[in-house]
Amino acid sequence: MSPRQKFRKRSDGTIEARFDEVEQQLLRAVLTDVLELLADGEDDTTPEDPLAAALGIGVSTTPPKDPALRRLLPDAYVDDEQAAGEFRRYTERGLRERKRDAARVALASLDAADGSRHLDERQALAWLGALNDVRLALGTRLGVSEDWDERASALAEDDPLAYAFAVYDHLTWLQEMLVQAMGDPAAGGGGVRGGRN
Amino acid sequence: MSTAPVETERPESGLEEDVVVRLDKPWVTLVWNDPVNLMSYVTWVFQQYFGYSKEKATELMLDVHHKGRAVVSNGSREEMERDVEAMHGYGLWATLQHDT
Repeated sequence: MSPRQKFRKRSDGTIEARFDEVEQQLLRAVLTDVLELLADGEDDTTPEDPLAAALGIGVSTTPPKDPALRRLLPDAYVDDEQAAGEFRRYTERGLRERKRDAARVALASLDAADGSRHLDERQALAWLGALNDVRLALGTRLGVSEDWDERASALAEDDPLAYAFAVYDHLTWLQEMLVQAMGDPAAGGGGVRGGRN
Repeated sequence: MSTAPVETERPESGLEEDVVVRLDKPWVTLVWNDPVNLMSYVTWVFQQYFGYSKEKATELMLDVHHKGRAVVSNGSREEMERDVEAMHGYGLWATLQHDT
């Protein structure tokens, strides 16, 4: 495994992940950020009714104000505010929790002592989702568009934004490597959703 | 502030619901283009979640990319809400709507 190869599928089906010291620090920081972001405003979404809480039903019916959080928890209906609110009330808490679980699983595997880690399927899926969430949040903050790299390359080297774009670029590269390493999911069988129709 | 039990929010079960569900069909799940999600990742999600072939998943991904959005599944409103919730879990920007 070359130093540039960050993820590799092993013969036992696990994914070997290898990060250097700088990457570990970076990943720890961005995953912690996304955990904090996902907790933002949650007090307002927790119902007083413990049964509703246990069922994952919240009280929030409006999208988060923070654009980055809103990108992670988007509306399900484009032009039906009431339906979007109702959907949010039933799903937002669960969605936040699943996203946080993914970030926590990724963080926990980072804390493994040696430089290389063997991720089982659950951990690899958590990494994939968590990296994507981190990129969505950062990309939204940076106002990333299809031609963001042109904007980034026009920045002065010591511009703090240039650093943020470099981080985004690196995370993008890591996620791309992970997708490639995981390979094609098994076709047929209806996928995770299960067969319908 | 009320947090009514789920049951009271749902249509009554039985014949009436069957009629409602049938009239409700078909609904569609749309996935919208965004500049962050990787083409490879979106294709992978379509394969992983829907069980679509690589060809079909790639075609849908390209539709999203070039046309700005694509219908990725259709069915009852409840089924589409499940698909949209799953897409949000993967970080894809998805909505559902009545197919017109």
